[in-house]
Amino acid sequence: MADENLDVGELLELLRARAEAVLDEWERAVATAQRTPLPDAALRTELSSLYEALLDGVAGADGGPEHARSDQYAEARALLGEMSHARARQGFTPTETAAAVFELKRAIRSVVGNDHAPTAVALSDIIDGLALYTFETYAAAREQVIVNQTEQLLELSTPVVKLWDGILAVPLVGTLDSARTQVVMETLLQTLVDTGSGHAIIDITGVAAVDTQVAQHLLKTVVAARLMGAECIISGIRPQIAQTVVALGIEFGDIPTRSALADALRHVLHQRGYDVVRRADAANLVPSGLGAAVTGVS
Amino acid sequence: MDRIPIYKIGDILLVSIQIDLRDQDAVDLQDDLATRIATTGAHGVVIDISALELVDSFIGRMLSTTAAVSRVLDARTVVVGMRPAVAITLVELGLSLPGVETALDVERGLALISSHADRHDARQ
Amino acid sequence: MRASDPSPEVLSIESDTDVVRVRQAVRTLALRAGLSVVDQTKLITAASELARNTLVHGHGGRAELALVNDGTRAGVQCRFVDDGPGIVDIPRALEEGYTTGGGLGLGLSGSRRLADRFDLRSTAGEGTCVTIVKWGR
Repeated sequence: MADENLDVGELLELLRARAEAVLDEWERAVATAQRTPLPDAALRTELSSLYEALLDGVAGADGGPEHARSDQYAEARALLGEMSHARARQGFTPTETAAAVFELKRAIRSVVGNDHAPTAVALSDIIDGLALYTFETYAAAREQVIVNQTEQLLELSTPVVKLWDGILAVPLVGTLDSARTQVVMETLLQTLVDTGSGHAIIDITGVAAVDTQVAQHLLKTVVAARLMGAECIISGIRPQIAQTVVALGIEFGDIPTRSALADALRHVLHQRGYDVVRRADAANLVPSGLGAAVTGVS
Repeated sequence: MDRIPIYKIGDILLVSIQIDLRDQDAVDLQDDLATRIATTGAHGVVIDISALELVDSFIGRMLSTTAAVSRVLDARTVVVGMRPAVAITLVELGLSLPGVETALDVERGLALISSHADRHDARQ
Repeated sequence: MRASDPSPEVLSIESDTDVVRVRQAVRTLALRAGLSVVDQTKLITAASELARNTLVHGHGGRAELALVNDGTRAGVQCRFVDDGPGIVDIPRALEEGYTTGGGLGLGLSGSRRLADRFDLRSTAGEGTCVTIVKWGR
């Protein structure tokens, strides 16, 4: 036991004394391994701090390096966590990220040689443990990126468009689950405020299936809009949907519904005091698709 | 404690709630509005809640009661400026504010009252 | 990995001014936990309902507020404690619209819907303890 302690102490002294040499070797190896380069100064600082933290961790143990998950390596893990997150965001591969940690072993070996073998092996295990930790945090960080992107996709796929002064349209496509409904509600309500609109047409042509849950989600959206002072109308009700709704006993209450978006628009325009009227000179208009050669009207 | 000020524009009363409402403030406002409607013969009340970051069951009840009381006094109450987050929370809370008409902002609220349009409830 | 706040903020609830104070304290914590605007509003509204319950039905009590962390996200925990009469019939109390106090009766069931976690402990004659948690994204 005593020998080991002495050994740890000596190894640490050696590693501290030869720190610059180790760091040079380490930095060189990491820079080569990473296909995407990092500015040198930043890398050196990063590796320096990590080295310090690792050695402090070893020094902080009673009688040996312990293992990578124990408390004395908390500082090292924290630094690795940051490094891992940054690499994940910058697009480095998991291998490049973990490899950076593995390279330290080689660097140490090149400086220390085969002396202090048992301790060096134990230290090597620690570094392995830390490299695995790096890999784990990297994976978690990438997961987060995917989660964020999924959220953004969700927002992008629920656009709210302005059809006319005071009239918004919400074309729903796909499934309508709680998460989606939340996003739709928030987007619609905020847009109502931003545009000062009094009406919203919620078109469900693209909604795959309507069951009681979906109907509830739609209802929540309509009630929320009403609470703010806007009226909603639901359009795009396909015949099959209409039959499902009746079969399930779903009541849309006093919310107006239309099968065609065009009808919903006409209805809302009328509510707002507008009617669509064909102009008297309409007879002179060239119907589209016939081409300019047909008449001489310019 | 200062009461929430009530302004008179023509024969419409305007209230803008700018503070964190204690329950007592809500009760006082309800009383003050009833009194002012009766004494001025106002035929409309616009309550601007755009600064309120929450409407809980007590405040919701105050709004519903105010609307009901004003109706009995032959006035129309419109609540304006509800924030989206508040609307979403009310729906989740299951509060429907029965009998309360709403509009997006003060301008539209005033327009609603002066138009003799049919009542536009925030019904469930 | 941040641990939860070791010492919660304790606010006494003895008046309706205290209810406002609780709302403000909860808002501060919600901002620190990074809750979205909608989630902030839901949390503060739930806290307002529960604080009022503590005042009106519990005859006064306290709120214990703390930031919490489950390892991947931060959240806010609000606990409302009173030594009042307690709730005799808990399932009934959690029903929509049930009220003994002339209110709308949506306080408890509504708060449960607004929060991510909801815990209610009460013994008739001994008091009530309601804890809610709302997480950030």
